[in-house]
Amino acid sequence: MYELLKDIFGNDIIAYIIGAALPLFVFILPFALFAVYLERKISAFMQDRLGPMRTGPYGLLQTIADILKLIQKEDIVASETDKKFFNLAPYLVFAGSYAAFAAIPFSGMYIGSNVDVGIFFIVAISSLVVAGLLMAGWASNNKYSLLGAMRSAAQIISYEIPTVLIILTIVMVTGTLSLEKISQMQTAYFWNWMIFGGAGWGLTKFLLFPFMVVAFIIFYISSLAEVNRTPFDIPEAESELVAGYHTEYSGMKFAMFFLSEYANMFAVSAIAVTLFLGGYQSPFGYLGNTLGISWLIPIEQLFWFTSKGIFFVTIQMWLRWTLPRLRVDQLMAVCWKYLIPYAFVNLIIVGIITLL
Amino acid sequence: MALKTEEMVLNMGPQHPSTHGVLRLELILEGELIVDVKPHVGYLHRCFEKHCEAMTYPQIVPYTDRMDYLSSMYNNFGYAVAVERLLEIEVPERVEYIRVIMGELQRIASHLVAIGTYGLDIGAFTPFLYCFRDRERILSLFEMTCGARLLYNYIWVGGLSHDLHPDFVRLTRDFLKDFKPTIKELNNLLSYNKIFIERTANVGVLPLDTAINYGMTGPNLRASGLAFDLRREDPYSIYDRFDFNIPVGEGTHGTVGDCWDRYYVRVLEMYESIKIIEQALDQLPEGDVTSAIPKRIKPPKGTIYTRVENPRGELGYFIISDGSLNPFRVKVRGPSFISLELMGELCKGHLVSDVVAVLGSIDIVLGEVDR
Repeated sequence: MYELLKDIFGNDIIAYIIGAALPLFVFILPFALFAVYLERKISAFMQDRLGPMRTGPYGLLQTIADILKLIQKEDIVASETDKKFFNLAPYLVFAGSYAAFAAIPFSGMYIGSNVDVGIFFIVAISSLVVAGLLMAGWASNNKYSLLGAMRSAAQIISYEIPTVLIILTIVMVTGTLSLEKISQMQTAYFWNWMIFGGAGWGLTKFLLFPFMVVAFIIFYISSLAEVNRTPFDIPEAESELVAGYHTEYSGMKFAMFFLSEYANMFAVSAIAVTLFLGGYQSPFGYLGNTLGISWLIPIEQLFWFTSKGIFFVTIQMWLRWTLPRLRVDQLMAVCWKYLIPYAFVNLIIVGIITLL
Repeated sequence: MALKTEEMVLNMGPQHPSTHGVLRLELILEGELIVDVKPHVGYLHRCFEKHCEAMTYPQIVPYTDRMDYLSSMYNNFGYAVAVERLLEIEVPERVEYIRVIMGELQRIASHLVAIGTYGLDIGAFTPFLYCFRDRERILSLFEMTCGARLLYNYIWVGGLSHDLHPDFVRLTRDFLKDFKPTIKELNNLLSYNKIFIERTANVGVLPLDTAINYGMTGPNLRASGLAFDLRREDPYSIYDRFDFNIPVGEGTHGTVGDCWDRYYVRVLEMYESIKIIEQALDQLPEGDVTSAIPKRIKPPKGTIYTRVENPRGELGYFIISDGSLNPFRVKVRGPSFISLELMGELCKGHLVSDVVAVLGSIDIVLGEVDR
């Protein structure tokens, strides 16, 4: 990918900047627009409504109209806020969730930065979001924001533990931290996916299968909590805390939080897909291989990757519009009393199986 | 050295998504724990009682609509019963039956709002729209009958403003037939949801003696375990002719009188209302609904206190007549106002999230708290 860009622009730095900016413009922004529309339509269909219908055919242009509105809106900064942090926070949050995309392999052709410690990098960089949220909550000088930010920080930090334990499980089985390599290991057919015990036939695969399913469920639940989706959307529980940490934000700064929320939704789905469901690998082999057209394969991979990602984003939306919200202490109880012990036991069992 | 801590005062409202109107709650917090809750009311005060002194008796009817705007029919109903008792007049059978049908439909509509918004408070958005979809059909029935969807001015002293639409009985039966399965759907989606039960069971427990001491009535009292229903205890209109049960809280998932009980009593009451409406539709006699309306309402000197079972509890009208065309005094005993006093009692020691759960479960309407 970089070779191609370098050929076009003839300069390393420009090639890297464009390579890094690519996922933002090609993927995250359109995805956020699409996801907002999807969320509104899904919720509408679940609730016997039509959803947006007026702007464009079937309301397709609704989110674009919303973004235009947000750009035009006055950027209100209340006089009592801590201006430096208040202005910095949304960008920090956005940077945190955007940076995670750098290490996600979209297809065999494109990965923002093929670092050897990809999954570790993602875990580390998404913790940056917590700092941004706390900053936003504190700088807003609003009690609701502060409560929301505090809850958010507690929640994200707690749920990082089961997430990391599960990632550790996967790393133990695959022996690598690189997402690219983990994806490559799950090639060919869907029974090679990690959730089915990984590639190869043998006793280990069958022993691993149930524990991988458990691992996947734990990972998915804690990833829901990390992106603040229902039933774990306590930081922005609108019925209690108005809008949580972003109560005081308006205009583009609010849009930044919004955008990072949707980017995050895809990011966690993408990580779940990469770790457990074959990443960008097709479940039934490639059309490009059958037809002998090699350039078709990366496109197919991109298709499979985004489809799998969007599938899980849709499940997040489905859950959001079905379930009520947990209380903050119950949320902590779910994490510390159930997810972490299960993840630990799972880790130990998988460790023993790998040693066999 | 101990860290210096202080209590935080959090103003919830008057503009807040979950205060169900313009209510301001002053929460005194220790971290996220509630030390005390002080409700501040009066943002929606419209001097209803003072206005009444300058109005003639029929002119007051539309004002009663605007008290508890989610159960306007029942406010009309209570006022009509009070003035009729003051005048000592009888109303035709058909009027009584239609009043009961309307009143019970209104009870279902009001409980649907209570249940739906309660789900919304707990974070479940979808049941809210399901409830409103069903409520919409009741509102259409009302609209067909009297032209209004929220503030009906339908039940007048001595009669009704209009007779029923010819299609009303058929459409109401259709609605009831469709509505019963949707309650089941609602239960599966919300009432028996594990997360919902976790959030509401054992939260905001109201012991029976406290409930009685605070003068709670309606579903809130019944959820604490006492089968006290004015339709049974002090029958007005023709409620003594119908067969219905009085659901009480049983503490299925926690303690008797917790939020889940208060919620579920309302769900069960909708079934009872359906029973009453079905019986009333079967027995609905023919007749004229406007014949008994007095041309001039000039009650004799005296006082009257009448109470009816509003969807939220005991709605009492105390009327002093000085023998003129205007009442000397109209005092309303509203159930929401009295329920709201309990907030402090119920919330102590809970978390901020529980304030919303408790407030939703006592189901107040600010229009009636402030009047």
